[in-house]
Amino acid sequence: MNNTMKAFFAASGALAAAFGIGAATTPAQAQGKTITLCWAAWDPANALVELSKDFTVKTGIGMKFEFVPWPNYADRFLNELNSRGSLCDLIIGDSQWIGGAAENGQYVKLNDFFKKEGISMDDYMPATVVGYSQWPKNTPNYWALPAMGDAVGWTYRKDWFARPDVQKDFKAKYGRDLAVPKTLDELHDIAQFFQGRDIDGKKVYGASIYTERGSEGITMGVSNYLYDYGFKYQDPNKPYAMDGFVNSPGAVKGLEAYKELYKCCTPPGASNSYMSEGLDAFKSGQVALQMNFFAFFPGLYKDPNVGGDKIGFFVNPAATTQATQLGGQGISVVSYSKNQGEALQYIKWFSGGDVQKKWWTLGGYSCAKSVLNDPSFPNSAPFAKEFLQSMGMVVDFWAEPSYAQLLQAEQKRMHDYVVADKGTAQEALDSLVKDWKAIFKEEGKKF
Amino acid sequence: MNDLSASSQIAYRAALVQPRVVRRIRGLSDKALAWLFITPTIVLLLAINIFPLIWTIYLSFTNYRANRANVPMRWMGIDWYQSILTDPDIWASMQVTAHFVIWTVVIETVLGFGLAFLIDKKFRGHGVWTTIILLPMMLSPAVVGNFWTFLYQPQIGLFNYVVAFFTGGGASSFQMLGDVRLSPWAIVIVDAWMWTPYVMLICLAGLRSIPNYIYEAAEVDRASRWRQFWSITLPMALPFIMLAVLFRGIENFKMFDMVNLLTGGGPGSTTEVASITLKRAAFESWRTGYSSAFAIILFVTVFGLANIYVKALNRVKSR
Amino acid sequence: MSIANAAHSVVEPTSGTRRFAGSLVILYAVITMIPLVWIVLTSFKSPDDAISYPPKLVFQPSLEGYCNLVTTRSRQTSDFIQTLGPPQDLCDGIARDRNMVVAGPSNYVPRFINSLIIAFGSTVLAVALGTLSAYGFSRFRVPLKDDLLFFILSTRMMPPIAVAIPIYLMYRAIGLSDTRLGMILLYTSVNVSLAVWLLKGFIDEIPREYEEAAMIDGYTRFQAFVKVVLPQATTGIAATAIFCLIFAWNEYAFAVLLTSGNAQTAPPFIPIIIGEGGQDWPAVAAGTTLFLVPIVIFTVLLRKHLLRGITFGAVRK
Repeated sequence: MNNTMKAFFAASGALAAAFGIGAATTPAQAQGKTITLCWAAWDPANALVELSKDFTVKTGIGMKFEFVPWPNYADRFLNELNSRGSLCDLIIGDSQWIGGAAENGQYVKLNDFFKKEGISMDDYMPATVVGYSQWPKNTPNYWALPAMGDAVGWTYRKDWFARPDVQKDFKAKYGRDLAVPKTLDELHDIAQFFQGRDIDGKKVYGASIYTERGSEGITMGVSNYLYDYGFKYQDPNKPYAMDGFVNSPGAVKGLEAYKELYKCCTPPGASNSYMSEGLDAFKSGQVALQMNFFAFFPGLYKDPNVGGDKIGFFVNPAATTQATQLGGQGISVVSYSKNQGEALQYIKWFSGGDVQKKWWTLGGYSCAKSVLNDPSFPNSAPFAKEFLQSMGMVVDFWAEPSYAQLLQAEQKRMHDYVVADKGTAQEALDSLVKDWKAIFKEEGKKF
Repeated sequence: MNDLSASSQIAYRAALVQPRVVRRIRGLSDKALAWLFITPTIVLLLAINIFPLIWTIYLSFTNYRANRANVPMRWMGIDWYQSILTDPDIWASMQVTAHFVIWTVVIETVLGFGLAFLIDKKFRGHGVWTTIILLPMMLSPAVVGNFWTFLYQPQIGLFNYVVAFFTGGGASSFQMLGDVRLSPWAIVIVDAWMWTPYVMLICLAGLRSIPNYIYEAAEVDRASRWRQFWSITLPMALPFIMLAVLFRGIENFKMFDMVNLLTGGGPGSTTEVASITLKRAAFESWRTGYSSAFAIILFVTVFGLANIYVKALNRVKSR
Repeated sequence: MSIANAAHSVVEPTSGTRRFAGSLVILYAVITMIPLVWIVLTSFKSPDDAISYPPKLVFQPSLEGYCNLVTTRSRQTSDFIQTLGPPQDLCDGIARDRNMVVAGPSNYVPRFINSLIIAFGSTVLAVALGTLSAYGFSRFRVPLKDDLLFFILSTRMMPPIAVAIPIYLMYRAIGLSDTRLGMILLYTSVNVSLAVWLLKGFIDEIPREYEEAAMIDGYTRFQAFVKVVLPQATTGIAATAIFCLIFAWNEYAFAVLLTSGNAQTAPPFIPIIIGEGGQDWPAVAAGTTLFLVPIVIFTVLLRKHLLRGITFGAVRK
């Protein structure tokens, strides 16, 4: 080995020593077993790590966590479930996975456990029970405990709205005061007003919205507009009958409006944006408005650059009606887990009223009525009121076992139209109906 | 080739040996040794390449879905093949793949051969610079794809600023990854950045294999440099160039990692190469039967094209 | 490079030509190095500097990227942080400045170690099997030799995703899912076809007379193989090893589909390193830089053999 090589290895060794690689600060080992909880890597997950320390103290069972970022979350953990892996004892799976996981025997059915431990689903908000826990929907079969309530909301730069020159210019241009938008048209005006405007010497843009192609981004974003304009997944009286509900004239208008917003009033390079890109754009002062899940609002409020007085929150504005996309997850026990007993203990601990209350204060969105219906709740955080209002008007995507295929079809059609300028909105929705019909036919559904 | 005199002695002695010498069987016989040496490889390939291939062929005729193992299997005949070959989205994906393969191969061959030609002049320090040029090829394509999303960002990425510096436009005036017209070129640029060194290496070996005396003869015949290039250099390096084209072509036809992390197939489906379509069908929709059929179609396509190409290559070699 | 009387494409280029050629090549090298240099630079930036616009060429260097790469942190209130003792090490100190506390090591080092084990393991295995098989094909009369050789080559024509589908099902059934052994076997099988083709070309070049003479001297065929052929094939083995290692080290598709908590390697891990909002670019850059190091070392040490290796034995005079 020549001297260069020797120096190289010496340098690497020094680096390794400096970071204490491998011997880095290790968490205190709990006696007894350790179970693994799998979730997405985001702020609430960090809060859960904090919260779970209480569980370890109370039961002596250690907690290990496997967090994967949202764009890869479904891929990774659906893969894990389908390959019958035993990495996860507990999984906080997305609400849409319930159908598949229940029918394929990947989640443990929790009815007996709930009965034995006295956990009642009446203690949780009905929307969350239906959305995160039941399969089939609206039947008393429970596969998860509602863990994290979530919906899509909006943030805005309250400090920019408060500027006198901004208010003056807006009033001059639109004839009304600059305020939190109550309709999607108002939102469009505000976004357009800020697009390209100079604030503090930097060019800013209107809004950051969901446009991500790979996992579920653009669907989660466009749905807020579609629902507002009357889009329905199926005939309420005839399951799986989609013609005229998915591609209704209202839905077409909603889709066109979303594309219009994307084209006119978003930052450059936002063609594949989801939650983290939105956070980046808002935190770096690029946009006046941001569409994102309520889960991030506690972190945003604490942000040194854009939090505190600078940030405001509002629910998804209305069009012909008002609704918002449901997020959120329930916590389930994986049927391939080797530690089901301990995993169930965790669920029992998590369902405790005091734990749920602490969950909310740490930044997690409890679904327990005891927390949400408490009179002090709306004032407990600057977005609490908006959260309650949103949870009252949530709509979720299909939770069928074939949900992944249905989602993929919508991702493709929406992205093709909104970002890649393919065809018209009517054509996009018509093709979507065709795609979905083919998928349901493959599943053997009659319609 | 080896100039040691000891070896020439051995060779001389070997030449004296009569062809049909009876060898004392010591240790294993030749035949046993042959089988011992070859069988592990064949077994491994059979287990991990061939058996899965046959299983894939079988699955392509069924309705199997890997996430619904409880559903009874149904024989579907050639339904999947029919639906794939008539699906316009599949054809669009093949077109995207073809655009990607053709342009990357063209750019990499031209640049790679050019670089090899220049390096072959043996300027001072060419060894060091060659090693430096090789670096992009050492990276993981997936990590490269991911990192280039950072470089291609109109606001915070370096690429737009460098281009704007040279063309005088605004840095945010175009977006490589979000624009339907530019994104196919975005993936071509990244692939060319990564793999031109690979083509360069192959061409360099080719150029180095041309013996001196042919050029010396040409000099004696007073052929110009230009003439020498066209009638000696290029034809004799051609087999190597064609080999490079073959390998890059096959690799880029199968390309998945880099494109998936760079664009995810977007915007829309404008960079959705065949492997991404396949991955979506197999591991997101979990349509195992359908994706198996598509995989077989892709395999047959590459196999067929490679076969034709190799025949042409052999003809060039034998010239 | 290793041919004794090295040939040139043009006899005796002039020094002017040499300098011109050199400057063009250096220009290309510099331009293509810019992204790589940017990656390394980014690894030493703070997250805010990394996403500043316009991009910063001059910045305050920081080890935050590397720290974020190997640790997990949790955000705490500054009151809570006051109650803790002094920072435990360099990374803890950096985290405290941002109102965070180091919560434990990240998964990067285990993934890196998995990469080392799986990549080097499969390379050793592929080269060993490849050398043996190449010798067998080269020296012995094997029935169906040409067909077998083409069959070996054709295994490289399937898109990895396509192969992944049945392998996924197979591994799930026999319990090799998410195991290092499973990944080593898989990578070996992919690499062995390349190894056989490359090494056969090299071994073909070694005259048979040497072994024959050795066997006359009393060695068995196997001993002749070990004592005579292997030493001469070192160049070929080294070149093959580099290509096999590069493939196995950087492979992504199989790793992301067939591994999870236990056997996951670094390539699926690096692109998903998330900071508090979007991707933690300094950490991603740090992960990329560190991941490059072993491969670069290996290649620089063996670079002379690279050139010989890439002719694949398919184009011989």
